[in-house]
Amino acid sequence: MIWNTLLLSLRAILRNLMRSFLTILGIVIGVAAVITMVTLGNGATRAVSDQIASMGANQLMVVPGQMMGPGSEGAQSFKIADVNAIRSQITSARAVAPVVNKSETVIFQARNWSTSIVGTSNDYFLVGGWTLAGGRTFSELEERAGRAVCVIGETVREKLFQRENPVGGEIRIRTFSCQVIGLLKAKGQAAMGQDQDDTVIMPLRTVQRRITGTKDIKRIVVSIKDGASIDSAKSRLVQLLRERRRLGPSEDDDFRVMDTRQLAETVTGTTKILTMLLGAVAAVSLLVGGIGIMNIMLVSVTERTREIGTRLAIGALENEVLLQFLIEAVMLSGLGGLIGILLGNGASVALSGVMGVPYVFDSSINLMAFFFSAFIGVLFGFFPARRAARLNPIDALRYE
Amino acid sequence: MTEQPLLRLRGVTKTYGAGPASFLALKGIDLDIEQGEFVAVMGPSGSGKSTMMNILGCLDTPSTGSYTFQGVHVETLTRDQRALLRRYQLGFVFQGFNLLSRTTALENVELPLIYRHEPKARRRIAALEALEKVGLHGWENHTPAELSGGQQQRVAIARAIVSKPSVLLADEPTGNLDSKTSREIMELITGINRQSITVLMVSHEPDMAAYAGRIIHFVDGCVDSDVLNPEAPR
Ligand SMILES: Nc1ncnc2c1ncn2[C@@H]1O[C@H](COP(=O)(O)OP(=O)(O)O)[C@@H](O)[C@H]1O
Ligand SMILES: [Mg+2]
Repeated sequence: MIWNTLLLSLRAILRNLMRSFLTILGIVIGVAAVITMVTLGNGATRAVSDQIASMGANQLMVVPGQMMGPGSEGAQSFKIADVNAIRSQITSARAVAPVVNKSETVIFQARNWSTSIVGTSNDYFLVGGWTLAGGRTFSELEERAGRAVCVIGETVREKLFQRENPVGGEIRIRTFSCQVIGLLKAKGQAAMGQDQDDTVIMPLRTVQRRITGTKDIKRIVVSIKDGASIDSAKSRLVQLLRERRRLGPSEDDDFRVMDTRQLAETVTGTTKILTMLLGAVAAVSLLVGGIGIMNIMLVSVTERTREIGTRLAIGALENEVLLQFLIEAVMLSGLGGLIGILLGNGASVALSGVMGVPYVFDSSINLMAFFFSAFIGVLFGFFPARRAARLNPIDALRYE
Repeated sequence: MTEQPLLRLRGVTKTYGAGPASFLALKGIDLDIEQGEFVAVMGPSGSGKSTMMNILGCLDTPSTGSYTFQGVHVETLTRDQRALLRRYQLGFVFQGFNLLSRTTALENVELPLIYRHEPKARRRIAALEALEKVGLHGWENHTPAELSGGQQQRVAIARAIVSKPSVLLADEPTGNLDSKTSREIMELITGINRQSITVLMVSHEPDMAAYAGRIIHFVDGCVDSDVLNPEAPR
């Protein structure tokens, strides 16, 4: 019976090619739109989280104050003693680096460029996952004495040195000149669009003495040893800093410890919402496709009802007629779904190339779109037929 | 059982609609039809001819009364059992042909055999044979839109007889055809009757009814007269 009915369905589809084509078209567009939107959104999310991961995994960042940004101004800054305490007491810390930063104009010969000056220690390169493209990092003496030496990022090299070798060159910042001892390997755009390579890194003491003029440290970055628990390192860090800042049990933390994962979650959260929005818009088009199918089915219902009447009159069982129409609906919307999946993924590959985000195949959205299209096909293709098949054969035959 | 006629109606009524708008289309029909008969049903429009044919063809059910088909009480059968009765015992020809559009003559004729689960090869042979019998050799791959009214009715007849039914029911089979074509169709139906298929036909044209061996007149939902027609071609 199934085989026979399959044959009947196939004949009905081929017999009504235009109707079949229109039915499929609605589903194809809907499915392709949903898949393209969600896949691109996922790609954008992936791009962002990849960039955050490139900042260095297992990273903790400690900032004074409870809020990021302007609210932190009032809170007590860290001192170098805090950094040393963390280094000696948090055993799972692989590297601990103090950070002060300030925006300054740097000059080389006739060229100048405004960039971010970072004062820190050699640990900073470890925490941030930086490698050198040339030259060397700071010597112990340079760090201790606060010598005017720096390691520069790729963007600064490009803007100031162009074709020249920067290592050994002298750049001017404010009133002092500073020797370039190393060049960082390029990292590219960071998560929120800022250029990570647009930086000049100096020993902490150099920046404190010559630029900021205080012994304050604005932030401490810590990287945790592979395999060690970030959460326990975090709670030990919080405990340690509370003790050092003499906070009573009833007082809130006046600093914040964030890990890379949290940062990634915050940022990717936004792109995920965007993905959902895009997906929802596309889902509407899938729905419109479904309504298109319903329309086509309803328009053809007069003809189909007479056809059903004829089939019933020559001895088809109600269930055979229903099965035929069910198979027909499932085949059409299934085919539409498949074409939609191919088209959607094709468009995703092409567009993600244009947008510069990775193409991330998401099997769940593909499956969901497919089954939803099958469901819509059944709903809108099958139910008008069911109504007809339940008629008295003679009423179906006479249907106007 | 043996003394039972092929078809028997006893006190059959049919009411359309309900309440004050209801209409009694059949007012108690008693009728016996024997195996092998060729019966023409005549009468004015609206007298209930089609209503009775639909009941006899198991396309519709009587409101009251009984209908036995080879001794089986049709009014007690389920929907599916009536469908099976249509599938294996009955063939229909309608005034409006009711062929599947955009479907070739051959496929239209094959359709009843598909529902009988006949294998493809047997289906093909039987359908070609039936088309040959109705004089449509060479027209197998034409769709209804490419055929004349007479040819479409021939396809419909081929479809009705391809499954070798015991009863052929035809409701105004020549109603849409010119008189020359009508006579050709009647010759065809007479030929089918000669192969011991019982034929029931509705027609309001005396010329067409004259082919039948027995003529029943309907008036206003009742059998008005029921006479044998000795002049029928044999
Ligand atoms: N489905 C229906 N609903 C209501 N009335 C109907 C229906 N079918 C037929 N009738 C009425 O029943 C009467 C008999 O109809 P019918 O059997 O088709 O007549 P005939 O075939 O003799 O012209 C007519 O008056 C017709 O209006
Ligand atoms: Mg009639």
